[in-house]
Amino acid sequence: MFVLSGYEYLLGFLLVCSLVPALALSASKLLRPSGRGPERRITYESGMEPIGGAWIQFNIRYYMFALIFVIFDVETVFLYPWAVAFHLLGLLAFVEALIFIAILVVALVYAWRKGALEWS
Amino acid sequence: MDVGIDLEGSFIQSVTDLGVPAGAAKAIWMPLPMILMLIGATVGVLVTTWLERKISAAAQQRIGPEYMGPFGLLVPVADGLKLVFKEDVVPAKADPLLFTLGPILVVIPVFLSYLIVPFGQNLAIANVGTGVFLWIALSSVQPIGLLMSGYASNNKYSLLGGLRAAAQSISYEIPLALAVLAIAMMSNSLSTIDIVEQQSEYGLLGWNVWRQPIGFIIFWIAALAECERLPFDLPEAEEELVAGYQTEYAGMKFGLFYLGSYVNLVLSALLVAVLYLGGWSLPIPISMVAGWLGVSETSPWLEIIDASLGITMTILKAYFLVFLAILLRWTVPRVRIDQLLDLGWKFLLPVALVNLLLTAALKLAFPIAFGG
Repeated sequence: MFVLSGYEYLLGFLLVCSLVPALALSASKLLRPSGRGPERRITYESGMEPIGGAWIQFNIRYYMFALIFVIFDVETVFLYPWAVAFHLLGLLAFVEALIFIAILVVALVYAWRKGALEWS
Repeated sequence: MDVGIDLEGSFIQSVTDLGVPAGAAKAIWMPLPMILMLIGATVGVLVTTWLERKISAAAQQRIGPEYMGPFGLLVPVADGLKLVFKEDVVPAKADPLLFTLGPILVVIPVFLSYLIVPFGQNLAIANVGTGVFLWIALSSVQPIGLLMSGYASNNKYSLLGGLRAAAQSISYEIPLALAVLAIAMMSNSLSTIDIVEQQSEYGLLGWNVWRQPIGFIIFWIAALAECERLPFDLPEAEEELVAGYQTEYAGMKFGLFYLGSYVNLVLSALLVAVLYLGGWSLPIPISMVAGWLGVSETSPWLEIIDASLGITMTILKAYFLVFLAILLRWTVPRVRIDQLLDLGWKFLLPVALVNLLLTAALKLAFPIAFGG
């Protein structure tokens, strides 16, 4: 049924774990009071009438970090098989990984110098 | 290597002896460790919240919860019950579907990560080959839930909190993954069980913390940041953002966030114990003790004692780390968002890369000390 053994447990545990929020939310649905007037459903804004909504366009500062994250996350994924098989590969694999990481470090230094890692 | 106690094997054996086919016996067995692990994780959360109150109180020279049960032990239960009975307020302007889906997406991956936490050689739900990698993959689902609940609330504080949470998670995920990578390199495996076995041969001195001191510190800082613990609790910084992405949540949906964050804390502590502090292994290897006492290593009594000591050791190590995390909360002031990102990108990331290359170089130079 499964090519990889042990992963049927992952699927089973996913089902068991989904029971936690399902049970918690349905238990509270049976027990809790509801419908206490429309004022309770106003968006919280420190006790004031909210001015405007939050679904607007504005400058998200974390955008550059997200881009750099994608690069380095893919790098880590590439390095995982290398690390696990490193004892079989020896010196050549070390040099290759060194070159691979060096290229990405150049990218990190470039982003750093360009100010992509600055908050202001 | 000593195989240790095999509950699954003996359970399936005894059920098939009653005349049940082997496939059905396995199907009966499968949910048992899962449900046990879920109950264990939930009880772990109750204990952690109680410890958090008691230790916080001690740090501020208060007594803390006292009247509800002995030493206030029933306070977490009362908290949970209170949350179940609370009204569920969904803001009129929010997106109701995403608003409900957010906390669910936060809680499920955290619980699912318990799949790979081992308490003994055969005392884990499953020995999946991808082990720690699976955990890293699961932990990157959580920020989606946080971002989703922040956006769905249609509240300015929630949106900012959700964005902060996502930025913080992705910034600390790379140092975390690189620190784990160095461990995987030393163990030649991603499976958590192999990682512990590799450390357990020489007792206290064989633990990874001695061979990976830099990795240990990186992992601990990054894990605290992933759990949004102080000094990194910016997404819900109450002085600036009310409660961040949790602002609009009430009742059980808030309870799910609360549960998720504490389960995550205990999980991170367990993983630090597994990856760096020898997991279930005792400070003195059990085979050595058996040698002194002249007992055979495979005698059933020793196996039972070994297994229960292993579970106790894992939990003790994890709760020592939880204790450290709670003390840190009252010791270190909260960092600013630019300091947080600087620490992640300009300090932890380069140091983690250097640590990885250093481990590789040391492994080439001293193959025996670094896992062959």
